[in-house]
Order: sequence, then structure tokens, then C-alpha cells
Amino acid sequence: MSEKNLRSGSATSETVRRVLALFSDRRGSLVSAAVLTVAVVVGTLALPVLSGRAVDCVVGVGQVDFVGLGRSLAWIALTLGATAVCQWALTAVTNRLAFGAALTLRGRAFDHLQELPLSYIDSHGHGDLAARIVTDADMLTNGLLMAFQQLPVGVLTIVVTLVFMFALNPAIAAVVALLTPISIFTARFIATHSAKHFSGQTRLRGELTAYVEEMVGGISAIETFDMADAVHERFARTDAALGEESFKAVFFSSLVNPTTRFANALVYAAIGIFGAFVAMGGGITVGGLSAFLGYADQYAKPFNDISGVATELQNSVACARRLFALLDVPPEEPDAPGAVVLAEPRGEVDLDHVAFGYDPRRPVLTDVDLRVRPGMRVALVGETGCGKTTLINLIMRFYDVDGGAVRVDGHDVRDLTRASLRAGWGMVLQDTWVRRATVRENVSMGRPDATLEEVRAACREAYADDFIMRLPQGYDTVLDGSASLSAGQRQLLCIARVMLARPAMLILDEATSNIDTRTELLVQRALARLMEGRTSFVVAHRLSTVRDADVICVVADGRIAESGTHDELLAAGGRYKRIYEAQFAPTE
Amino acid sequence: MFKLRRYLAGHYAECVLAPLFKMLEALLQLLVPLVMAQVIDVGIATRDAGYVLAHGALLVGMGVLAWVVAVTAQFFCSRLAAAFGTAMRDDLFRHVLSLSREDVERLGRASLVTRLTNDSQQVQDGLNMFFRLILRSPFVTFGTVIAAFIVDGVEGAVLLVAVLVAGALVLGFMRVTASRYRDIQRGLDEVQLGVSENLEGVRVLRAFRREDAERAAFAQTARTVRDRQVTTGDISALVNPLTYVTVNCGLVALLWFGGAQVNVGGLTQGQLVALVSYVSQALVELLKLTNLIVLLAKASACAKRINEVFETEPTLADGTLDAAPEQGAPALAFDDVSFSYPGAAGDALSHVSFALAPGATLGVIGGTGSGKSTLASLALRFYDVTGGEVKVGGHDVRDLTRHTLRRQVSLVEQGATLFSGTIASNLRWGDPHASEKDLEAAVATAQATGVVAGKEGGLDAQVEQFGRNFSGGQRQRLTIARTLARRPRVLILDDASSALDFATDAALRRAIARDCADMAVVTISQRVTAVRHADQILVLDGGQQVGLGTHEELLAGCPVYREICESQLTAEEVER
Repeated sequence: MSEKNLRSGSATSETVRRVLALFSDRRGSLVSAAVLTVAVVVGTLALPVLSGRAVDCVVGVGQVDFVGLGRSLAWIALTLGATAVCQWALTAVTNRLAFGAALTLRGRAFDHLQELPLSYIDSHGHGDLAARIVTDADMLTNGLLMAFQQLPVGVLTIVVTLVFMFALNPAIAAVVALLTPISIFTARFIATHSAKHFSGQTRLRGELTAYVEEMVGGISAIETFDMADAVHERFARTDAALGEESFKAVFFSSLVNPTTRFANALVYAAIGIFGAFVAMGGGITVGGLSAFLGYADQYAKPFNDISGVATELQNSVACARRLFALLDVPPEEPDAPGAVVLAEPRGEVDLDHVAFGYDPRRPVLTDVDLRVRPGMRVALVGETGCGKTTLINLIMRFYDVDGGAVRVDGHDVRDLTRASLRAGWGMVLQDTWVRRATVRENVSMGRPDATLEEVRAACREAYADDFIMRLPQGYDTVLDGSASLSAGQRQLLCIARVMLARPAMLILDEATSNIDTRTELLVQRALARLMEGRTSFVVAHRLSTVRDADVICVVADGRIAESGTHDELLAAGGRYKRIYEAQFAPTE
Repeated sequence: MFKLRRYLAGHYAECVLAPLFKMLEALLQLLVPLVMAQVIDVGIATRDAGYVLAHGALLVGMGVLAWVVAVTAQFFCSRLAAAFGTAMRDDLFRHVLSLSREDVERLGRASLVTRLTNDSQQVQDGLNMFFRLILRSPFVTFGTVIAAFIVDGVEGAVLLVAVLVAGALVLGFMRVTASRYRDIQRGLDEVQLGVSENLEGVRVLRAFRREDAERAAFAQTARTVRDRQVTTGDISALVNPLTYVTVNCGLVALLWFGGAQVNVGGLTQGQLVALVSYVSQALVELLKLTNLIVLLAKASACAKRINEVFETEPTLADGTLDAAPEQGAPALAFDDVSFSYPGAAGDALSHVSFALAPGATLGVIGGTGSGKSTLASLALRFYDVTGGEVKVGGHDVRDLTRHTLRRQVSLVEQGATLFSGTIASNLRWGDPHASEKDLEAAVATAQATGVVAGKEGGLDAQVEQFGRNFSGGQRQRLTIARTLARRPRVLILDDASSALDFATDAALRRAIARDCADMAVVTISQRVTAVRHADQILVLDGGQQVGLGTHEELLAGCPVYREICESQLTAEEVER
């Protein structure tokens, strides 16, 4: 929706308005920036006047008024000092505004990510989302700095110079004023043309970033298949397109400077010729004319700056728009008003004719119906892709059901606060996730206030303490590229996390598949102890897990095709028996 | 930054022409006041309307010429910068692809991405400005100084000192701020990492209700960057005012000494006026030069980060042998192989020996950290052995070209990576020339027919970045199909079916035994059921080879193997 709006012109002013709104509580800074801008411009433009006065004190041999000269020079020094201080202060104030705005937006965008539905995060490129928060915010900062610094100084310089010129000679000043639009229009013309290429450049850069990210992530596959050449070739194609678009963007935007300089040259020539005729008629002195030419020069320069800013701003607006588009994605539906806090759940879970599909046209689950009494251990088995993982997404309310209901302790999960629902569950997923932080921080994720002793106790239960103690800094080892863990060790850490959190209910998604077989027996014992009295859902691929389950559910065709204990199901001779036997059928 | 100049190769003409044309434009601009002086001194003085108009036309003509020259220069500059950026990114990416996994992890994935995209763009922009201003700004700056010297020696000296002091100031600040800009960039890398981690771990984080803690941590990271930006900004904001003050102090000195000179007849008032205008011109260009230098400082910080990647050398030299396997030689043989990771204290593998005949199967079993995956890495020569020899088809893997080796030996790893594109484009990673029929056969063996059929478009179905629109099990089967499509002589499955349920896993093993009878298959697993039917089973424990034989032999003679079996199977199943 917001992607579509990107093109239209009204979206630009809307984006600008939203950027400006960031400063609504920074009035003080804005006012001081404005005051400082005026001071800088007046100070800068006063300097030629003051040095002109100094020159007037130096008429010829023996005609130098040293007292007057000294006084003028003192004034110059004073003005210089004041202007310089104001200049620095202006930069300091506006830097704070711009960097602060980036901080605010980054914070908001990140906060928003915490509230986005998983369906959005699962279906969007992580690299692209990150680029909006990192690169686009940075680009916006650059644009804001220009908008706060070059732009107002430039505009004000033009205005003040015009005033000075009209004071000197209205006729010549009028000629200058009439020629001004040429500069402005050419700059605008070029800006609109280069904007197209700038957004092309941004788009291609995003494409390239996404590709690079994917390839750097899949570098082991590239190595295995010796695919570096092909991958590189594809990169080179996008890279070349980016180069071409970047060339066009830079070239078209860099036309602005020479073109405005050309317009200036025309203004200069016009003043020169028109002024010369006025001077011949006695309407102005030679000195007055040369002052005019001097001011024409002063007056012309800001146009360059402003048009330069215009192109830069185009780029920043495009970036801001991408950032706002992310902020505009509707967040996860908030907890229902009057949502119940699930305190100390008994662990009764009720799947009541649950239906769901990631794409509504393609249901994954059509009618899953299951009642789980507190403390029951449920093993989910079935073919890959039958919807076991999806069921977990629904139980944790990462996604909402399309039909039927998931209930915990009799409450529809949609009537519970998400926080209390998720606090009730402990989860070990197939894709182990360890962040760059110390071991202790990783383990205590579910209970950040846990003491080191508690963390160690949980790790001992998960049989992770041994290998952790062998790491260079033990529990304070930062887990990153240089101190990476094996998949099995990561899995142990994730189990330790849940051990420490001691939730009322458990979800284990293929949790044991990566674990060292020799310690697995021990881990399973630990898990069994953890599952004691706790309702547990286990997506299991291992027979040992399944055998101990209170109920095994075979998920197939979007529903629970069979359920019962290991022995019951084997005796029934259905699907489960086939699966069981397939496991031990000879491979010859 | 200078180190990257190689990417200008082939564009040397533009490198010279672009600044030259910029200088030409500056020259034309410097001449304009002289023409105007003629209008004032001659035209107005003699009231010659024709003279005034002719010089007016000259001014316009010079304007046109300056425009043409400048546009040409901009064309060269932008083309140069774009070509440079493209070539550099290209080479940088190629280099990244040649790095070992360890180096990629050490440099950081997120950081590599930033270097390839953001940093390279900044270097490109810096270069663009460099070529635009490198001749022009010094030319105008020192041109005015020289002009001042021509008017009067003392005054010239005053201006020269002012310009030099200002220049020294600028360079001094540049030194101070360069390392600070690097710190800012590092901070931005942290921000990037923060967002990426948050997105990756979204399920765990939400399950543990860590949203608020995440917000706080991210806010802290982002605030650090902001604080660094503000401090650095405060320091570099000093440059412009200080230059302005310095040069204009020169103006004050110039007027004072000039006044004295005029008083004794060493200088006229008109000359003094000319000198004043030179000061303001010098200042304008000096400020441009300052901004250029600041931009270059940023670009050079980025260039350093890029060079850091280039300086990370890939360690393994490619072999030269492109030979067919020797008749009768084992498909894969380890001969007393030992290996330790660079910098690691102990061996990851020590004294491992086995030989695998073409078409035979080998199971490798052992606990976490027993060296199973290392064994696979050595077979594909991701690393070189530190002792012994790995042979493929009778040849030492160090002699074979990488291409030859990896055509013959292929690996399916546990972390299943798919790439954006179509299913077919992913499968053709295995063999770019595979026909649709070949792909379908590979898919069927990998038990992925249902996966392909279930997606709109079949083999042409879209695959999103990282294969995100497929489940773990689906991805894993497709990566197996991808490797099967390659039809290697040696197939290594490293815990490749970890995400498959046991029925699919068993069907997969049967299909591989049926369809890939000509391949030597190495199955690395922690599951006894995955290896028990192999011709030989290699048992690893802490990098040591503790057993090699059939299931029955090992049950009888290898305590570690027996222990593993007992942890996974019932007594009845162990014997079956």
C-alpha cells in the first residue's frame, strides 16, 4: 500500500511534513538555529562593507587616515570573531538536531519491528529492513544537515544581498531580480531529471545489498559447489547496472553547478553592460558599479549551494519515504481490551478445530482438533511440511488462526495478553539462535535477573556447563565469529535457556536433532525432568522421544490423522505403523 | 585510498582530462573580472557603447564556453567515479568469495555487506569530488596568492602565510577526525548487527518477551552512534570558522600594511581593492578545499575498511592437476590424516585412516566436537591437512584444481541454504547444464517431489532470499537434490537430514542406495539408524578414530559405538 504511494508527488510533501514533525519539540533549537543563521549571514555580508570602509581610509600618498583605518580593522576583527563563533554554534546546534532526528527515527523503527506481525518479518528481506534503519536513516541525516546548514544560509544570503543591491541602485537590482528565475528554473529542471536516476540508484543498491547479504550468508554453499564465478557474474551484472545508474544520477545532478554558474555569468554580463550604460548616463559611480559586481558575485554563489542541496534532498526524501513506509506497516493486532493475564497456567491446551494457512488460498491446517490435559506430553509426528511447525506458531500466537480456536486453561489465546501467554511457554526451536553476547547473557535471556549460580545450575542440568567452562572466558565468553559453537553446543545453550526460565508448558521443535548422541541420553533425562508435570508439545523425529509420549499425534492432510500411545498406534496398524517400520526397513 | 588506484586502470585519459577541464573553467572565471575592468576603464571612460556591447558579448561567450568545458569535466568525473566504484565492488566481492569461512566470520558478515555497499559508495563519491576539485581549488587558491605577489611582495607574503596556516589547520583537523569517523562507522556496524540479530531471533525474543530489553539495548547502541557523531561534528565544525578567521586575519594585516604602503606611495588604492577581492576568492576556494578534504577523510576511512578485506589473503593455493581418477584407486581415502584449526591448541582430527571404494558407503558417527564435520571439510579441501594425506581417485587433493576436486566430491551440509531465484535455478547450482529431466530425477531421489509439486510453478516456483518461503525440512531436501543433480563420484551427507522426520529420512536413504549406486556415499550423522547399514562405519571420539568396521563388528568390539547404540535404540532394536 505504502509502496504504491512512493511515486506520487503529494507523498513527497507528506514525507517532508513527517520529517519536520520530528522537530516539533525542538522549538528552542530551531529558534537558536534561525538566530545564528541570521547572525552568520549578516556578519559575512557585513565584512565587504567594513573592508570597503577601511579602503576608504586609504586614499593615496600621505592621505591615509590611520586612526580611521585602525578603527575599521578593529570592527572587522570583532565581526570576524563573532561570525566564526556563530558559525560553529550553528553547526553544533543543527548537528544535534539532525543526528537526534536519525536517533529518534531509528529508535521508532526498531521499536516498531518489535510489534510487527511475524507474517511481515517472515516474508520480507531482513537485509532490506535493516538497510532502512541503518543506511536510509544515515542518508536522511545528510539531507537534514544540508537543509539546516547550507539551505537557510544560502536563501538568507540571497535575500540580504538583494536588499543591499536595491539600496544601492533599484534599476540594476531589478535586472538582477528578473534574471534570478533562470537560475532557479534550470536547477529545478535538472533536479527533477536526476531524481529519477537517484531513486534508480537507491533501488539497485538495495538489490545489490540483498544479493550480497544472501551470498555472504551462503558462502559455504558457494565454496562447496565452486560457484564463485557464477555468483560473481550475477553480482557483476547488478553492479554494472548500478554503476550506469549511478553515473547518470551523478552526472545529471552535477549539471546543476555549471548551469547555475552559467546563469550567474549571464547575470554578471547583464549587470556589467546595463550598469555601464547607467554609469555612462551618470546614474551610478564606478565605485558603486564595482560594489554591485562584487555583490552580484556574492549573490550568485548561494544558488549553487541551494541547487546542490536540492538534489541531495531528493535523495534523502526517497530514503525517508522508505523508512516511513516501514513505520506505516500496521503492527501486530494489540492485546484485546480487557485481555486476561494468564497467571500460573495449569497447562490445559485445547486445539478446537483449528484451521490456518500462511496464504489463505492454501490452507496448511484444515481441522486440527486436540484436547491436552495438564502435564500431558504430546509428540507430533508426520511428514515434513505437514504443519507441525505451523501448529507451534499458532500455539505461541506468532500467527492467529483462520478458523477454530487455540485455548489455554479455557481461555482463547486471543483473549490473553501475549506477554503472559508466551511467559507460560518455554520453547526450543529447530533453528538455534545464539546472539553475539556472553554465554551468560545468552542463557539468561528468559530470566535476565538470574544469578550466575542459577545460570550455572541450569547449564549443568542441560549438560552445557562442561563445554562452557572450557571456553576461553567461561560464562563471560562473548559468542561471535571467533568463538563460535558447534550446532550441538548451541542446542545445549538453548535448552539451558528454557531450563532457567522454568515455564509451565514446553514446546520442543526437533530440539534434540543436533545433540551429541552420547550426551543426548543425559539431556533427555534432564528434559524428562523438566517435562515432569508440564504440558509439553514435542515435534519429534526420534523414536526415543516419541516412545515416552503420553499421546502421539500423526499430523497429515491438515488434521490429526491418528492419535494414541506408541503401543496403541502400533497395534492399530495405521499410518504410524508405516512410519515406524519405514525407519527400520532395510536400506538394501 | 591510494592503494585502490588500480581500479582507475583504463581511465587514465579521464583522470587527466577531468581535472584539466575543471581548471580551464576556473581560468575562464578568473578572467571575467579582467574583462569587466576593461569595460570600466575603457568603455565607460570613453563612453563607447560599441566597446561595452562587444565586451558584454565576450562575457556571455566566455560563460557559454565555461559551461561546455564544465559539463565535459563533470561527464568525465561521473563516468570515472562510476567505473571505479563498479570495478572496485566487483573485485571486492570476488575477493570476499575467495575467503575462508573463518575469515568471513572474523570480518563479520554484516560488516562485509556494509563494506561492499556503503563504504564503496562513499569512496566512489569521494573520488568524484576529488577529481572535480583537485586541480581547481588549489589552482584558484594559489593563483590568487601568485597574483598578490605580482601586485606587491609583502602583501603576497601576508596572503601566503594566511593560506598556509589555514591549510595546516585543515590538515591537522583531518588527522584528528579520521579515527573518529572510523569509530562512527564501527558504531553503525553495531546498529546493523543489532537490527539483523533482532530479526533473526525474533521468535526466541518474543517467546521470552524481550521486546522492551531489545528496545533499550538498541536505543543504547543508536545513542552511542549519535553521541559520537555529535562530538566528532563539534570538532570538525571548528574547521570552517577557523579557516575563515585565519584568512580574514590575513585581510586585516593586508589592509594595515597596505595602508602604510599606500601612504608612502608603494601601492595605489585600486591595487589594494584588487588585493581585497583576491582574499575573498582565496577564502571561497580554500573552504571548498576544506570540504573536499573532509570528504576525502571520510572516504579514506572507508577505503581503509575496504583494504582490510583485500589484505585478508585466501590461504590455500589452487592445485594444477586436472586428471581423471586412477583406475582401481579408492574414490576417497584418508591416509593417517591429522588436522588442527589455525590457532587451535589441539588436533581436531588425529590419525584418521580409511579407504572408500567407488560405489561403497561409509558411515561416520560420533558426538559433538568429535571431528565429523572437519572430516568433510578436509575431503573438499576447505582446509589443508596438517599431517597425512587426503586422496580422491588416487590423487592428493592438494594437487587437483579446485574445480576438478569439487566436481568429484560434493557435500550436503546441515545448515541448508537456498538462494533467491527459482527451484530450478537453485538445483542448477549442482550442475548448470542439467536438463529438466535430470533435475526431476534428483528431486525424486531427494524425496522432494512433493515439495516441488506443492509450489506454484513446480521447478519454476519462486524461492525467496535464504529460501525463507520453504520450511527447514523442505530446504534440506532441496539442498540434497541440488547436490544429487551434480552426480558427484563422492557424495558426503553431513547431518543432512537433521530436519527430516524419520519416515522421510528412511525413504531418502533407500532412494540414495537405489539411485546412486555408482556414488561413494559418506553419511555423517549422530543417528545410528542413519549409518548402521553402511559398508563401513567410522567412529570418532574427540578427533580420534576409535573404530572402523560394520555395525556388527563395532557392536562387538567398539565400546563407544555400543554406548551410542544403547542410548538411541532399545535392546531389541540394537540387535535387529
